[in-house]
Amino acid sequence: MKSIEDLKKIREATLEAVCPREGNAVRVVVGMATCGIAAGARPVLAACEDEVGKRGLSNVTVTQTGCIGVCRLEPIVEVYVPGEEKVTYVKMTEEKARRVVGEHIAGRRIVTELTIGAAE
Amino acid sequence: MEPVKPHTHDETVTSLNNTDFYKHQLRVALRNCGVINPESIDEYIAFDGYSALARALTEQTPAEIVEIVLKSGLRGRGGAGFPTGRKWQFAADAQNDVKYVACNADEGDPGAFMDRSVLEGDPHSVIEAMVIAGYAVGAHQGYIYVRAEYPIAVERLNIAIRQAKEYGFLGDNIFGTGFAFDLEIRLGAGAFVCGEETALITSIEGNRGEPRPRPPFPAVKGLFGKPTLLNNVETYANIPWILQNGWEKFAAIGTEKSKGTKIFALGGKIRNTGLVEVPIGTTLRTVVEEVGGGCPGGKKFKAAQTGGPSGGCIPAAHIDIPIDYESLSSIGSMMGSGGLIIMDEDNCMVDIARYFLDFTVDESCGKCTPCRIGTKRLCQLLDKITGGSGTMEDVELLEELCAHISNNSLCALGQTAPNPVLSTLRYFRDEYEAHVIDKKCPAGVCKGLLQYGINDKCTGCTACVRVCPTGAISGKVKEKHVIDPAKCIKCNACMEKCRFNAIVKG
Ligand SMILES: Cc1cc2nc3c(=O)[nH]c(=O)nc-3n(C[C@H](O)[C@H](O)[C@H](O)COP(=O)(O)O)c2cc1C
Ligand code: SF4
Ligand code: SF4
Repeated sequence: MKSIEDLKKIREATLEAVCPREGNAVRVVVGMATCGIAAGARPVLAACEDEVGKRGLSNVTVTQTGCIGVCRLEPIVEVYVPGEEKVTYVKMTEEKARRVVGEHIAGRRIVTELTIGAAE
Repeated sequence: MEPVKPHTHDETVTSLNNTDFYKHQLRVALRNCGVINPESIDEYIAFDGYSALARALTEQTPAEIVEIVLKSGLRGRGGAGFPTGRKWQFAADAQNDVKYVACNADEGDPGAFMDRSVLEGDPHSVIEAMVIAGYAVGAHQGYIYVRAEYPIAVERLNIAIRQAKEYGFLGDNIFGTGFAFDLEIRLGAGAFVCGEETALITSIEGNRGEPRPRPPFPAVKGLFGKPTLLNNVETYANIPWILQNGWEKFAAIGTEKSKGTKIFALGGKIRNTGLVEVPIGTTLRTVVEEVGGGCPGGKKFKAAQTGGPSGGCIPAAHIDIPIDYESLSSIGSMMGSGGLIIMDEDNCMVDIARYFLDFTVDESCGKCTPCRIGTKRLCQLLDKITGGSGTMEDVELLEELCAHISNNSLCALGQTAPNPVLSTLRYFRDEYEAHVIDKKCPAGVCKGLLQYGINDKCTGCTACVRVCPTGAISGKVKEKHVIDPAKCIKCNACMEKCRFNAIVKG
């Protein structure tokens, strides 16, 4: 890393993967701070990765992230689809995670009953 | 382009961004938390990470950076709220060939997890800020003091430091400017007192973590006797944002004297427990009712405790107070580092004070007498009052002792330890009096003052008899039962079991 130019290059190369702005790229993040992990986020992350792999979905990144904020509803999975508001899934389990991958990511249908608004 | 709402079948809120919990929040220090992968330096860079450092080193002078931090109005988020720019100025002005930069990630406040969340969710923001701080004050070595009880934070910090070294953001000749800076982690054993700055410094030096008198302040004589800049995790996390977006934008958030945002760990009797970041000056009402969603079960909000064991309570009557440094201290509470514990009508304020004193008794380092013995005596007096044998002289003695401890303790742990007692006495004196004079705990918490009984609603169903662990309940089937107070251990099992609301306590 020598210059601001080098920094820009990394920035541009990564940005598309982190927040896809167009196309059919999807980003899935799992809250993996202490609170999420304590609530069982590790197997949820593994299930997301596994299900995406099994279904052979391309253009989907599954990654961990820090505390999303709503500790009460952990484990939390969020799905980012370009041009749409992100979708927040709460109180996730391995089975629910597989369902979200199948219905929302593969099928492009939000699993409304697993989202934050349905948890109340 | 504005994000469009995805298609759903009904009006269910499907995104966190559209919940009441989120609407009042503003994420500055937590900007990347819950968004990026904290173990990927590239993702941090994708969100403008390390660009503030690049600009600082290649285009700005150290004095210019100190000036920007000063003008932003940022104040320390570790508790005391000292203006960060002034602290940087002191450290920059100190004449010495060796200086240090340190980060306080001790976070000993019970129930607080703001700093842990920043380190776990966005460790590079703290690293970037510390390198900038090193450049601004003329230091080439930094230390992050983090408690060993935060293994995930430590692991992610280690990964982040390694990545920053690989990319050349740490080490020699950063961005080809000849500036060198290195960073090391020091693990603390988790003593609350080690969050106090002089104790933290002593601990990093390898000695038992005990405070020493100030002055000299760390900016003059800190680590290994050298000028040391010490800031809190959240304070640092704001720095790259301020340099990227300009001090004007930061100073536009908040109130006249308290700029920016503050992270709170919202806990206790509140529906939405969690991590929230709001502009300073947001009212307590907004945080409790809208962000927090109110007390669960429709219970009445009674008070909020800020500042943990050093802080005080804010009673419901002050719910419209703006949360900022000045407003909170004007009513005997404090901003603190961000613990925000909500209490409802079922909480006994004398018991709350006793809880915090119990904590300080454990955590006092023992170096000075007023704190070591004074807090113990305070706790004993509170035990006596909650146990039912307190007198009004004890209440007077409490107040006298509080003043003595505040005025004579060596460090702020002891100086602030009486605060929970003083503020509950100020706003809930009637509860103390009820304990002492009427021998009653109005909230029904203090077991020493509770009596269980059975009223006329009793149908004689015998359900309580079967759950009572001590055989304290007797009575014939279909006739009113009675509780023998000599046998009752006040376990509440009968109350939970009875379907007729026939068990009463008071
Ligand atoms: C008993 C005690 C515990 C403290 N614990 C912490 C802590 O855990 N984290 C922290 O940042 N500051 C803590 N402080 C405040 C520090 O002494 C210091 O003021 C602060 O780290 C300075 O950073 P700031 O100006 O960025 O807030 C504590 C102070 C006392 C008296
Ligand atoms: S006030 Fe308490 S914690 Fe501070 S030095 Fe004295 S004994 Fe130790
Ligand atoms: S409170 Fe517990 S011990 Fe007392 S009468 Fe009820 S069940 Fe028995």
